[in-house]
Amino acid sequence: MNPNDFSYGPSDFLAMLPVWALTAAGCLLMLINMTPRKPGSSVSAVVSLVALAVAGWGAWTQRGVVRSYFRDMYVVDPFSTFFALLFVGIAIVSVLLSWDYLKRTALNQGEFYALLCLSTLGMIFMAAANDLMMIFLGLELMSIALYVMAGFRKNRFESNEAALKYFLLGAFATGFLLYGMALVYGTTGTTNLTAIGNYLLASPVLKTPLLAIGALLLFVGFAFKVSLVPFHMWTPDAYEGAPTTATAFMSAGAKAAGFAGLLRVAMAALPGVTPDWQELLTWLAILTMTVGNVTAILQSNLKRMLAYSSIAHAGYVLLGVVAGGAAGSSAVLYYLAVYSVMNLGAFGIVSLLGRGTDERVRVQELAGIGFTRPWIAVAFAVFMLGLAGIPPTAGFLGKFYLFRAALSEGHVMLVIAAVLNSVIAVYYYLRPIVVMYMTQPDAEILEVSPALPATIALAALVIATFWLGVLPAPLATASLESVLAVFP
Amino acid sequence: MNILGVPILTALIALPIVGGLVVALLPKSAEGQARHVAFLVALAEFALSLPLWFRYQPAGAPFQFVEKVPWIEGLGASWHLGLDGVSMVLVLLTTALTAISVLGSYSAIQTRVRPYYMMLLLLEGAMIGTFLALDVLVFYVFWEAMLVPMYLLIGVWGGQDRIRAAVKFFLYTMVGSVLMLVAILWLYFLYHAQNGVYTTDLLELYRTNVPLGAQTWMFAAFALAFAIKVPMWPFHTWLPLAHVEAPTAGSVILAAVLLKMGCYGFLRFAMPLFPNASLALAPVICFLAVVGIIYGALVAMVQPDLKKLVAYSSVSHLGFCMLGMFAFNHPGWAGSILQMLNHGVSTGALFLLVGVVYERRHTRLISEFGGLWKVIPVFSVVFLVVMLSSIALPGTNGFVGEFLVLLGAFRTQQVWAVLAATGVILSAAYMLWMFQRVVFGPVTNSENATLKDLTRREVLVFAPLLVLIFWMGLFPNPILSRLAPTIDRQLAQIETRRMHLREVEARTRMSQAGVEPCCPEHGAAMVKK
Repeated sequence: MNPNDFSYGPSDFLAMLPVWALTAAGCLLMLINMTPRKPGSSVSAVVSLVALAVAGWGAWTQRGVVRSYFRDMYVVDPFSTFFALLFVGIAIVSVLLSWDYLKRTALNQGEFYALLCLSTLGMIFMAAANDLMMIFLGLELMSIALYVMAGFRKNRFESNEAALKYFLLGAFATGFLLYGMALVYGTTGTTNLTAIGNYLLASPVLKTPLLAIGALLLFVGFAFKVSLVPFHMWTPDAYEGAPTTATAFMSAGAKAAGFAGLLRVAMAALPGVTPDWQELLTWLAILTMTVGNVTAILQSNLKRMLAYSSIAHAGYVLLGVVAGGAAGSSAVLYYLAVYSVMNLGAFGIVSLLGRGTDERVRVQELAGIGFTRPWIAVAFAVFMLGLAGIPPTAGFLGKFYLFRAALSEGHVMLVIAAVLNSVIAVYYYLRPIVVMYMTQPDAEILEVSPALPATIALAALVIATFWLGVLPAPLATASLESVLAVFP
Repeated sequence: MNILGVPILTALIALPIVGGLVVALLPKSAEGQARHVAFLVALAEFALSLPLWFRYQPAGAPFQFVEKVPWIEGLGASWHLGLDGVSMVLVLLTTALTAISVLGSYSAIQTRVRPYYMMLLLLEGAMIGTFLALDVLVFYVFWEAMLVPMYLLIGVWGGQDRIRAAVKFFLYTMVGSVLMLVAILWLYFLYHAQNGVYTTDLLELYRTNVPLGAQTWMFAAFALAFAIKVPMWPFHTWLPLAHVEAPTAGSVILAAVLLKMGCYGFLRFAMPLFPNASLALAPVICFLAVVGIIYGALVAMVQPDLKKLVAYSSVSHLGFCMLGMFAFNHPGWAGSILQMLNHGVSTGALFLLVGVVYERRHTRLISEFGGLWKVIPVFSVVFLVVMLSSIALPGTNGFVGEFLVLLGAFRTQQVWAVLAATGVILSAAYMLWMFQRVVFGPVTNSENATLKDLTRREVLVFAPLLVLIFWMGLFPNPILSRLAPTIDRQLAQIETRRMHLREVEARTRMSQAGVEPCCPEHGAAMVKK
């Protein structure tokens, strides 16, 4: 490739369609927000849905393509396409969930959807970046939008707290990441991932302390984004304070993006370094699962409980990272997809609880809705059982793929720790089911605000939870191919 | 093999699941009709399972009506179902008792009728799937999926302490099963290392050469999962709680079918997959079984609550099943399997009877009753027959099973057999004493004086069970002859595999001692063998 070649053809534009569409949507939504509209208007939601649909279509046309753009900084390959489709899917579901939620909680729609589109763009960048600077750019684009979304309920104390905590700790973690990038650049002389990988393969500096520290700092940056223990402190507060649909979006999207970036860096740039980490990652995984699950048991707030559960799930996903190779990485991709489905569903249900600006998020408040609101309760139970990994939901097969990958590399103790953790997890995932179906409400029955767009999204998620648990082959094949095409 | 072009085993799994969803989706106005629809579904299911009994050829292929369709090719998993003598009788037990439980719940369940029957039918589908699966992943999926409907049955329609009972049931079973999952994966990779392909097909996995050291661990993991389900002492503590709190039909299904899953798991998975470890650890299992027999009987004796008494008697009876199984001979196995069926019929009937008096009096305390013989004679006669079958009176089904178990156990595990025989006496003691306090004597409590006898529906519930009690007690041969070839084959297979694996182990040891470091050829040769 000629490094000075900046000319593009129509196919380049098509390949970059997700990026154009989301950028345009972000700008357009800001402009629309300036014009006076009725508070019940759905224009912003429709615009963002159209943009996301276009982005999804653009990514879909690139299946199987392997190409790089902008001097090898942005690559389109099955790995980035898989994640682009996942992120777009997550964003579409989040828009559908937010459709009525934003109206009933009287939040600014235009800004919210603009941030959502830009954050999705950042995620896509993270998965498609082939350069440390691009990863940094993507990460910041995603994170800054998320910081604002976390603090979106301006007049609420906990939302402000969430945003501030998330921002301060996030900025700190970004510092780590950037410092790590600087050290890696200092050792290898390039920021391009492929070039770093090639350089390290050919070079004797492979094990210099400088590189090791740099790689470790990079890892810390990603660990923060996917909330591994001990970098998880922000998660419960940010998840609790953010508007519920924003929580749904960030719990699925930011985690998947963090793992996408981590996998890309680990496999493309630092394949020789990661085996040294196995010991460390094993302990981190055990610690993350255990702290997440045990702390989740103690929570009485649904959003906090799901936050700790999402920490524990990051620990499960780490099993695939520890295992490495095609089996491990494809298990990570598969799990991230099913986790996103179930977690979006769980938070989606939470976003329906309560009326108007009054939100109900305590586990106890679910009492009795099992029979007064059968559909909502059934959907929530399905998501809970899915997150707990009970067959025939997708959660079981996702875990099965992860355990299989880890065991094939001989990590027996790690897998035993993981399965025992999933038993601990069952205890708190069963609790909402117990409350919904087996207890009587103390006072009045919980009010819910069902809405058509959210119902469509949730129905699709319930179907996906079962579908991927019974017929996992297409997604499993897709995730394996995505990994194989990039990291043979 | 199919019947009339229908893949009958898949149909057997699908019918109750679809039926359950239909029941759940009935309109609210049809709440009263839901029980009839559910009963029709359960009856249709039973009718569908009957051809298995007649079409099954004992002398034919080891597994019949086999269906095999690739499921997840990347994992080597297939939708592999099949039926041998053991699973055939257990499937029939399931379909028969589910139909009876549905009929038995007509008056007991007055609230949330539709979801109740949906859960009962979903549970039936999952149980049948567990018995039919010949692929470990399919088995595991059904095994775990079964927990959810049972958990809800206990938790939603149960008694006072139902939530604790339901959660304890779920968590106990889960702990055992997840460790089994690890062992399944271990076996899966071992098979791949030896044969170069990934498969979760059970019949293929039977041929894995599991080293003896690994066998002990894997057997332990499988045994833990199954022992919790059986339940064997000391893993039984969830059972009395679950039984007492569950609604009547839940107790019936739990006792009659779910507990058999544990025994079935030993027969189908733990013993043939890990024959050396099974034999080596047989004394441990027999010890636990005998402790369970005696402990269960002694604890049952002092229970003030009828349902708890029956629950502890289950612990005792299931001990006989385990003892017979680990005798590793034909009478032991035949007795064990027959005892599973007997326990299903007798204990199922006992729970139904307890349910009948509970519906009338809203208490299950033995001290509240007395002199029922004069007030409700039909009930008392049924109770008498069922009680006698439970203590294994000759002429009833219980006798044949217990006799065969003790006969088999006496040949290989004499000491344990002698100790277990005391359990027979103890069971007579606690049952007769309970029966005397509840049924005989004067009517001590005036509330009992106006009790209504069995209704026509209830007679319909108990009639098939009484027929089964006498049929299996007087003419056990149709069942035993269907079981015999399967048992012989399984035992022979376990024995040949055991000798073979010992040989493999000895050869490996020799070569390791002789030619160090290990050369690649003999590793490959060992795998070939």
